[in-house]
Amino acid sequence: MSEGEFWNPGMELLSGEEIRSLQLRKLREVLERCLHSPFYRQWFRDAGFEPRKLAAIEDLRALPLMDKETLRGGDPRRFLTVPLEEVVRLHSSSGTTGQATVIFHTARDIEAWTELVARCMYMTGVRRSDVFQNMMGYGLFTGGLGFHYAAERIGALVIPAGSGNSKRQIQLMRDFGTTVVHVIPSYALYLLDVFRELGLDPRRDTSLRIAFIGAEPHTESLRRRLEESYGFKAYNSYGLSEMSGPGVAFECPFQEGMHVWEDSFILEVIDPETLEPVPDGEEGELVFTTLHREGMPLLRYRTHDLARVLPGPCRCGRAHRRISRIKGRTDDMFIVKGVNVFPMQVERALLGVLGVGSNYRIVLETVDNRDEMRVQVEVSGELWHGEVRELNQLRRRIVQELRQEILVTPRVELMEPGSLPAGEGKAVRVVDMREHAKGD
Amino acid sequence: MAHQVNVFARNQPGRLERLTQVLMEENVNIRAITIAGAEDFGVVKLLVDDPQRAHRALQREGFSAYLKEVIAVIMDDRPGGLHRVCRALGEKGVNIEDAYGFVVQDRRIAVLVVEVEKIPEAEEVLKSSGFELMSDEELYAL
Repeated sequence: MSEGEFWNPGMELLSGEEIRSLQLRKLREVLERCLHSPFYRQWFRDAGFEPRKLAAIEDLRALPLMDKETLRGGDPRRFLTVPLEEVVRLHSSSGTTGQATVIFHTARDIEAWTELVARCMYMTGVRRSDVFQNMMGYGLFTGGLGFHYAAERIGALVIPAGSGNSKRQIQLMRDFGTTVVHVIPSYALYLLDVFRELGLDPRRDTSLRIAFIGAEPHTESLRRRLEESYGFKAYNSYGLSEMSGPGVAFECPFQEGMHVWEDSFILEVIDPETLEPVPDGEEGELVFTTLHREGMPLLRYRTHDLARVLPGPCRCGRAHRRISRIKGRTDDMFIVKGVNVFPMQVERALLGVLGVGSNYRIVLETVDNRDEMRVQVEVSGELWHGEVRELNQLRRRIVQELRQEILVTPRVELMEPGSLPAGEGKAVRVVDMREHAKGD
Repeated sequence: MAHQVNVFARNQPGRLERLTQVLMEENVNIRAITIAGAEDFGVVKLLVDDPQRAHRALQREGFSAYLKEVIAVIMDDRPGGLHRVCRALGEKGVNIEDAYGFVVQDRRIAVLVVEVEKIPEAEEVLKSSGFELMSDEELYAL
């Protein structure tokens, strides 16, 4: 093969030291640019921060953290460092937990973002000869267009399938010999049932070899299960619309954590309570500063995502630091009986029990003035041999696994297949019906 | 050997209605039905004239259904009929996990459906004690 292993060797193969000096140089440019934005001028003034006196990357900590609330606090145009005419596109977050946040992009921002995602895809092995079926929603959501343009940049054949319409997805895969897909993990799981219904086996009846499974937290066991069922290699990725979208961090072929592209982002990991930095290896909240965005840079942006930096070098030779899988979000965490629980932990526990169906839901409610947690799990037909005893055993094992994982003993309800809201798109996993949750 | 269809169902109004509707539309005749209940779900056990077809139809309609092997023994519909079957199995140490019966001809013929762990052994015990066992086809012809 004449093509190299790296999309952008100049950036991908920087040493740790080179990365830090590049970051400092780029950060100074970004801060200079921020002086054109009404928001940042005020932000700097309020913090007594003098951007031109920045001597080291750490000096940035003199600035307060930003988060979604900061972005929602008024007209998004006040963040712009360029006239609005320079803006060619906007993206907006899903807004499932509140008012949507808007990010403006200039042509160069789109270009830089596309290059980053292309770098990610190329790193996993996507080449010109691939057929890429993008099964993500297009539109305001960044996952769809981000991968779309990057795959075109690499030169792959792109099928902009969008989300949903399961039978057509499978038809497209078979008609055009799709080799690479971008898909939400729960949807990939759901599609397996559709393959089965059609009497097809994705290992035998498709040419799939690479999958990008993102936009939804999932466990290592779910990834392995998808890899085994489909016969592809599934890559985990990390991104958020405030950081342009996908392409912030991505797995290399070693699948041991996700490389954060530190030539484009400054990564901080902080204790969400004290806001102090935590050392590499310790879990904390991810905070990013954009170095590659001219139109609407963000400085020290809190993601509310919890992860840790994996210490030590990666076997792939890239010095860009790696982060672990996201443990959960500080804001989708719920508290039951005084214990912090993340939906991901529940999923991890469920998949650990052999014979558990694909779909589940967490219901929180108030019973006799006390928190109760119910976990509803679908029992699929192939995993059951007709006995009541088996079902009781299954239920006991699920309770056990959950207790170990989350330290709370929930009520487990076995559900008939297809009885929980499922599959197409981002599944709603937590229903909070508790008294104190009402009226939010 | 005979088959029964076991179906996983939530313990809630309308589930049995839906299940029996599927069987009706598939033109399946039910010979006997029993429900083994746990707290919030149950397993509906159905002895039908065409278990394979019933099983397929239920699966197609999204039910978790399983085709289970059972033993169907013919017994006399008079005092002591059931006792004789149970004694034959008990004497040979065969444990009955679940069972139900129904009458085929009033005061003459009844059928006992038995779930056991080791079917071939139990069949041997019953046959050597002179009991007649029914196949799916024979149940179909009833």
